[in-house]
Parts: sequence; structure tokens; C-alpha cells
Amino acid sequence: MSEKPRIGVFICHCGINIGGVVNVPELTEYAKTLPNVVYAEHNLYTCSEAGLTTIEKAIKEHNLNRVVVASCTPRTHEPLFKAKCRESGLNPYLFEMANIRDQCSWVHMHEPEKATKKAKDLIRMAVAKAALLEPQTEPEVEVKDASLVVGAGIAGITAALSMANQGFKVYLIEKEKELGGLTSKLYKLYPTLADSSEVIDPLIEAVKSHGNIELMTSTDLKDVSGYIGNFTAALTGPDGDKEVNVGTIIVASGASNYTPPKGLYQYGIYDHVVTQRELDEMLKKGKIGEPERIVMIQCVGARKGEIRPFELEAFPKSDTAELLRKILKARKEEGWPYCSRICCMNAIKNAILVKESSPKTDIVVLFGDLRVYKEYEDFYKRARDLEVRFVRHIEEAPPEITRTSEGKLQVMAYDSLSGLEVKFLADWVVLSTPIIPNKDEVLLARMLKVPIGTDGFMMEAHLKLRPVDTNVDGVFIAGTVSGPKDVSESIISGEAAAGRASILMGNRKVKTDAITALADEDLCVGCGLCEEICPYGAPKIENGKSKIREILCRGCGTCAAECPSQAITMRHYKDHQVLAQVKALLMPAGMKEAEVPNG
Amino acid sequence: MVKGTSEEEKGQNKFEPVIVAYCCNWCSYAGADLAGTSRFEYPTNVRIVRVMCTGRIDPTFVLEALRDGADGVIVAGCHPGDCHYQKGNFMMEKRFAHIKKAVETIGFEPERVKLEWISASEGGKFAALIRETTEQIRQLGPNPFRTIQEPK
Repeated sequence: MSEKPRIGVFICHCGINIGGVVNVPELTEYAKTLPNVVYAEHNLYTCSEAGLTTIEKAIKEHNLNRVVVASCTPRTHEPLFKAKCRESGLNPYLFEMANIRDQCSWVHMHEPEKATKKAKDLIRMAVAKAALLEPQTEPEVEVKDASLVVGAGIAGITAALSMANQGFKVYLIEKEKELGGLTSKLYKLYPTLADSSEVIDPLIEAVKSHGNIELMTSTDLKDVSGYIGNFTAALTGPDGDKEVNVGTIIVASGASNYTPPKGLYQYGIYDHVVTQRELDEMLKKGKIGEPERIVMIQCVGARKGEIRPFELEAFPKSDTAELLRKILKARKEEGWPYCSRICCMNAIKNAILVKESSPKTDIVVLFGDLRVYKEYEDFYKRARDLEVRFVRHIEEAPPEITRTSEGKLQVMAYDSLSGLEVKFLADWVVLSTPIIPNKDEVLLARMLKVPIGTDGFMMEAHLKLRPVDTNVDGVFIAGTVSGPKDVSESIISGEAAAGRASILMGNRKVKTDAITALADEDLCVGCGLCEEICPYGAPKIENGKSKIREILCRGCGTCAAECPSQAITMRHYKDHQVLAQVKALLMPAGMKEAEVPNG
Repeated sequence: MVKGTSEEEKGQNKFEPVIVAYCCNWCSYAGADLAGTSRFEYPTNVRIVRVMCTGRIDPTFVLEALRDGADGVIVAGCHPGDCHYQKGNFMMEKRFAHIKKAVETIGFEPERVKLEWISASEGGKFAALIRETTEQIRQLGPNPFRTIQEPK
């Protein structure tokens, strides 16, 4: 049985992201002229509820049996559109995307005409492939009702408790001897000024005594294999090596504090130049006394240096660790380019704590930009009321620190309002430094196949839509492993990651991609090459013929390319489907009305 | 060897090559996305065809693109050791040596085909690759088999 493709094309303006560069109405008119296209329209945001509704309506009204969306990247939005197709009664594999944002309008913003021409090509290619698509059925996999949580800081502990309380088995591993991560090293938390121990200690106790949590300290993750629903993690700890089988993984391995290089603001040279962390420590021990003046400097090692991809051109892989060491060393000198978001509140907190124990101490906070969001505005006002002085200095001319003959520190900076030089004699200079990625974060990310962002932190699958998911199904991120967060934000992300993982484990089953290999018995000569090259052991020669077990197949397609008798095809990526795009690009006149098998 | 460039086209420097880039979903396609998110500009000459893994790329994918008139073909995958499917890119690397030979035998300049490793975090590298390749192919001139008809 066969049917004629009836393709609907939906072109997204993405606000001004696409529409501001390429001519979207022109693309729409162009799409209408393409073979097999029976309907085309453009939307302000195709991914919005309104946009999705128009897809559903068009499928029904125009009897569409193929849908093409020309918008952003399929890596983030394909699932959303596929789900809409499914809801509208269309097999989700009869859907194709053209990426006219990330790979067109965003990279050709100064060449609108050429970008429009390219977008037409991309749409034509997607339409050509869509015409040849076939419906697929997704195999289901069992999800083991156990989770591995890597890192027992506040985020990991929160996630572990949340899943354990829902009845799931949790393996919680921590590389240090003690639990609590960065949180347990803090003194007081902003804005409540509660002891951090009041927050973290009960959680640590709860984790230790929870029947569903198997806690392993001084334990490292050595390797991970498997896939969503069924991961095998190799652990190494004081009791030797161990393997655990889990359905999901939550990475909550935390972050580190930036230590300034020796000599930056005389750090490491003058004793009384310290970091906020060190001031924290002194406050905790009550060692700060009643100094006359403390000067704090913000953004030390943060919002400095160039923003550039965190590029590890590691080739061969054995050099990665060495290259990573070099990158981190360079960053230590140059600073990190992002705002660490917690340092302003942290400085305000410590200023208030000093003022409360020693009201006569004058505190000056030198800042370039002060970022106090949500309720922290009140926290800032509280510091102002306590007469903490906030002085905005010219960032391009960093403060200079010298020591007077009396042994005091002199801080010289340029006031940004007057442009004039200001000088402060201080007993202590306190540097506010950022939270930075752990030195082995990249290595851990590689093991899990989770990408690293430009800031060196693990990257979420989508900043807005999937903030605790990663690009690896079944692997989630929580806490500072994906960027600076304060304690409450870490708890939020821990709960969120646990929620995401629990959905999978609670359902017991998850549908996996139908993009798998298929062997044609008639063409197969039983040479066994597929069996030999498959990393997952999916193909097996039975009675002289290759059989591919689709649940084991991960869909790379290597066997399809290697098979000498062309007996193996890849669902959704068949030769003629891939090549149709190339032909549509290069020989548009040859595009025809197609007839395709109807599954 | 087939000579594909007319001096005229070279002289006017108006030749805009069409380059087909087969990118794996996990690394290089993601790298191209990152170039977008980071707003790294590059020439408009490349058209990406997404496959799940470079391991999927049959030699005919490259050869047919050239036969159909592509001026250049890029195959981009994950760095060795970084393949989402463990070793698809190794298989591609082995295969690519044969592809290159075949391309040369047919009479194309071997520089028209390229195999590159681009990770999901290397948006800058992706943009640089497209800039560099476009310039190289522009120097080589159009594909001698080229029968492309400009779309309206």
C-alpha cells in the first residue's frame, strides 16, 4: 500500500531571531511551490501553544501526512513537535525539521539575502526527506528503579532523599570523606544568616539513616556504560571496586572556589589580603576582632578574560588531562568570564556579620556592578542601613594595593562617578571570588557524554525548557555542577533532577528511539561483519542470517554503512532518505511528487 | 584530472561554492548549533545534512554529493574517543581513507572532501572550519561535474 505525501510546512519567526534576518513570508510562499507540499504557513513562535495548535489544526483540515517545521535545532525542539504530531494522530516519525535559526539566521545575521536563499535550500531539503519518511514504532525499555547520585553536597543529598522517599533505591557516592560539599564549609547563609550547619546537618543525618540510600564516601565514579533505564556504573572506593546497575544518574558533583593567583591584589603576599571564604572561616572562629576598616573587592577573577568556547582539542584523548590542566591554569591567571551570581550577596552577608559583631568597623565594598536580585535588594538595604559603604570603581583600572610603613594596607581605586582617585587605609582586604568548575569536571562530563559549556560547567539540555536534563537520556544535573548557584537554588535543582529521574523510574518503562537498524534476510549473506563492529552487540548471526535486536541497537548506523551486501538499513536514515536531501539541494529541478509506502 | 575552474570565474571572485556537510547529531551538529548560539558568523555556503553518527556515512553519500554537483563535502564527527556510539567515528576514519582515494581516482581534487572532528563545545572551531573550507573550495573553483540549477 502506498500514499501520496501531503506535506505541511510551518516556518517560525522565533520572534526576531529568525524573522529579523531571513524573509519568512518569502520562505512560506517558496515552500508552497515545492513538490508534495500542500500547505505552508508562518508563525511568530511555532513552539508556542498557539503555534502547536495551528499544526494540529492544519493536520486535520488539510489531511497532512507529513509535517516540516523550519525553526531552530531539532536537538532541543524535535521532541516537542513530534509529540504534537503524535497527539494529532500523525506518526511522529513523519516529521522533519529544517534548522534555519542556529545554522542560518544566527550565523548569517549580516547577510539577510544569502541567509534567505540558504533557508530556502534547507526547507527544500527537509521537504525532500519528509516526502520519503516512513512511520515507525518505538521500542520500550525497562527502567531499573534505582538511581546513582554522584556527589553528596546539598544538591546531591536533596536529590537522593527525594528519590529515596519515593521508594527508589539510591546509591549516593561522594569522593570526599565527609558529606555536605561546599555548603558544609560555609559559616552563615544569606539572607537568613542561619548557620549552614542548621540546614545541612539534618539532611546529612537523614541520608545516613535512610533505608533506601546506600552511601559510599571516598568513592569515585570510574566508568559508566549502558543507556537510559539500564546503566552500569563502575565505582572505586575504600572497599575496592564495585559495580551498580541503575536506571538513572544524577550528577551533583559540585564546583570549586576560585583561588586568586599569587600577587593578584597582593594575595599570597600580604597576610591581610584574604578571600571571602577565608573571611568566612575567620568569622566562624571569631577571629576577626574589631578592625578599623575592611575593604572588599568584587569580581576578583570573575567577569574577566575573554568568552570563548571551552575547547579541548584533545587528540589523542590521553592528552586531555594535560590540556585541561593548562586551560585551568590559564583561567586562573586570566579569570573566568561569567558572573558567579552569589558573590555580591556573599560580600553583603559578610559585611553585615562584621558590622553586627563590630559596629565601629568601617566597611567599603568596591564594585563594578552590584547584582542583587529578588529579595536580596532588601538585604543590600540592610547593609546600607548598617553604614556599609558601596563604592563603584572604574573596573578598567583595577584597585592597587600597597602596604604603608605602619603595616596597614592602602587600597587605591578610581571612583566611577567623579573619576577621581580614592584611597582607603584598611586592616583587611577581602577578595570576592567566583565559583568555578571542578578540575575534573570535564573528565567526568566526557565519561557521561555530557557536553561542557563555554564557562566550563556541564551543560543542560536546554537552558529554559530542560534545565536539569542533559543531552544524555537518563542523566540529570543538579547543583553547582552546571554553574554557580546558592544553597536554595542548589536544593531546587536537586529536587528538580530527582523529579525528572523519578518520572522515568516510576513509569518503569520508557519508549526509546525507533531509529534502529534492520537487516534484510534476503540480502544478508551472513558474513558477520555487523556482529563484529557493533559496540552494543545488537546484531547476531542466527542460522546464517543477521538478526538485529532493536532494544540493544542505539541507532548509530555504522553497520548499515559497513554491510557489504547492503542488507542493513537504518530506520529514518535510509540511504535514499539521506541522499534525497543532497539531491534536493543540488538538483532542485529533479524533485518529484513522491509515492511512499504507508508503513 | 578534470579541470573545473574557468579563469573568468576565479578572476571575478564571484564563485560561491556549495558545500555539503554531513554532521553527526551528537557532536558536530551540536557544535554547529553552538556556533549559532554564540553568534559566530561564517559564510553561507554550507548546507548541513544530519546523521546520527559519522559511522552511518556510506562512502556513496560523499561520492553522490560530488556527482550531483557539490563543490565540497565535509564529514564532521565527534573527536576520537568521544563518539556517542563509542567507535562510529573510528569506522568513519578508516573508511575515509578509501573515500579520499576514490575521489582522487575519479578525478576530483582530494581537497574537496574533508573529515573533521568537532565537539559539541567547539562552536568556534565549526565556524572556523566553514570559513576555511569555503575559501579553499573557492580557490579550487566549481565542481567540474556541476550541473546545479539555482533555485528561484
